[in-house]
Amino acid sequence: MGTVLVLASTDRKGRIRESVGTLLSMARRLGDPVTVVAARADEVDDAVETVTAAGASKVLIAEITGTGEWRENAELEAATAAYAAVNPIAVLAINAVGAREVAARLAVRIGAALATDAVAVRTVDGAPLAEHSVLGGSFTVESRADAGPLVVTIREGAAAAAGDATTPEVSRLDNLADAEAVTVESVEEIEANEERPDLRTAQRVVSGGRGLGSAEGFELAGRLADALGAAVGASRAAVDAGYASQSLQVGQTGVTVAPQLYVALGISGAIQHRAGMQTSKVIVAINKDSKAPILEIADFGIVGDVFTIVPQLIDELDRRR
Amino acid sequence: MRILVLIKQVPDTWGDRRLDPASGRIDRHEPEPVIDEIGERAVEVALRYRDGSEAEVVVLTMGPESATDMLRRVLAMGVDRAIHVVDPALEGADMMTTATVLAAAIRHAGFDVVVAGNESSDGRGGVLPAMVAEHLGVHHLTGLDEVVIDEESVRGVRVVGSERVTVRAALPAIISVTERSPEARIAGFRGIMQAKKKPLERFSLADISAELPARRSIVTTVEQAPIRTAGTTIVDSGDAAVQLADFLTSQRLV
Repeated sequence: MGTVLVLASTDRKGRIRESVGTLLSMARRLGDPVTVVAARADEVDDAVETVTAAGASKVLIAEITGTGEWRENAELEAATAAYAAVNPIAVLAINAVGAREVAARLAVRIGAALATDAVAVRTVDGAPLAEHSVLGGSFTVESRADAGPLVVTIREGAAAAAGDATTPEVSRLDNLADAEAVTVESVEEIEANEERPDLRTAQRVVSGGRGLGSAEGFELAGRLADALGAAVGASRAAVDAGYASQSLQVGQTGVTVAPQLYVALGISGAIQHRAGMQTSKVIVAINKDSKAPILEIADFGIVGDVFTIVPQLIDELDRRR
Repeated sequence: MRILVLIKQVPDTWGDRRLDPASGRIDRHEPEPVIDEIGERAVEVALRYRDGSEAEVVVLTMGPESATDMLRRVLAMGVDRAIHVVDPALEGADMMTTATVLAAAIRHAGFDVVVAGNESSDGRGGVLPAMVAEHLGVHHLTGLDEVVIDEESVRGVRVVGSERVTVRAALPAIISVTERSPEARIAGFRGIMQAKKKPLERFSLADISAELPARRSIVTTVEQAPIRTAGTTIVDSGDAAVQLADFLTSQRLV
């Protein structure tokens, strides 16, 4: 069984990103995972604890000096050193901004093939294969390296964390000097709704579109989301009209989601929106226009007024609890 | 100051995009190939800096013969000149190949800043700018919602989780911009007339001394996902909410 290198990326404060659980689940399908972490001395203990809780049994630590405000170079140096130390058959990183850049630069550096945004991985005759859902879920493709290791970035939420914490083997790589060429000038907190699940990984999503008519009307999507324990999404039309923030945009130029349940409220379902949600397991759509394209792919479609139906639905769900 | 902008020809996302089942490569004939919108925004970022300075804006693409039309259209927006890397050996290039060749073309052209879109609408890899930066050994700032370029540096805003982080890097540097960047200007009649006289250079791999990488990724299988069809559609006559609650219950979703 070959070794699989897992790049556990951290935020500015050195906290391991939640996605490490997804990476470890995937890595176990390919071989024996070794997790590499770049962290400052004061962050190491917490980082080891977090990756261990997510199921890491072998951990490589590269201590970094400096502020740690921007870590892409440090993470790349740690990954490079870890790669040389363990000679893996595959390297896995999460397909998120920052982490995916580190993985791709590593591929350039070591001259390895790269596969991005994989939704699953497996081995065939010992060689790693990556499965991708492409062109908005219209096609499934498998790719592999023509020779040598495969560097793979994994779609967020592609697998649930499934590891039991053990007592980890922790080894140290050489310390890394802070060679960050990027200066962080300022950081501003965005008001985030911590109450709701993250759109990228949620198992239920309620999205609102142009048909909600206003920012006030858009709150209806939030109310139904809360009743269902769902994340909130939005169509591009709703974002462009200023009803919702761009971070909620689902579709070709926004987030791609594939939850168990996707509810579309007042969304016509242009091809670019469908590209971001059509692999959802169950699709429900409510639209006053019987010709809305979203109804062509909905498992349950209602032609009617969202402002009448959604409050009734929330009451009905309450009543059944 | 020379700003290079990377653009890409892609199948129109408003059409029915397909993969060739035999090769696993994207069908580049149907729907109609167009400039990827994110690349137009990258051009706009460069032109806004140039509007108040003496900078030269050069657009660069690697793609088939048909990409010439796209380059002419971008020249009409006010770009100074265009570079087209076109070579039969590049058909079906993977990301590693594309990054290697673009890096060679960028080195050949010379630059202070490279501006790219954050991810193409067809491949959606999102890593090409960082790979090119690694090849060239320059700084990169990717996924920027806002950009300010000056003589010595580039500064931008990246949203990470629940934070807006303002970052800066010294030139030379490569940046990539998101959908939050300003929409591209429309080429006027004068621009279209001028574009016909602007330089459009074509280079083969040999011209830019590009060597293809030793290893690449290959597609082993391609499957078309089943086309989704409509299930039940009802017209609300007062009990649609109850029917929907029944449906969600039957699917064990509530």
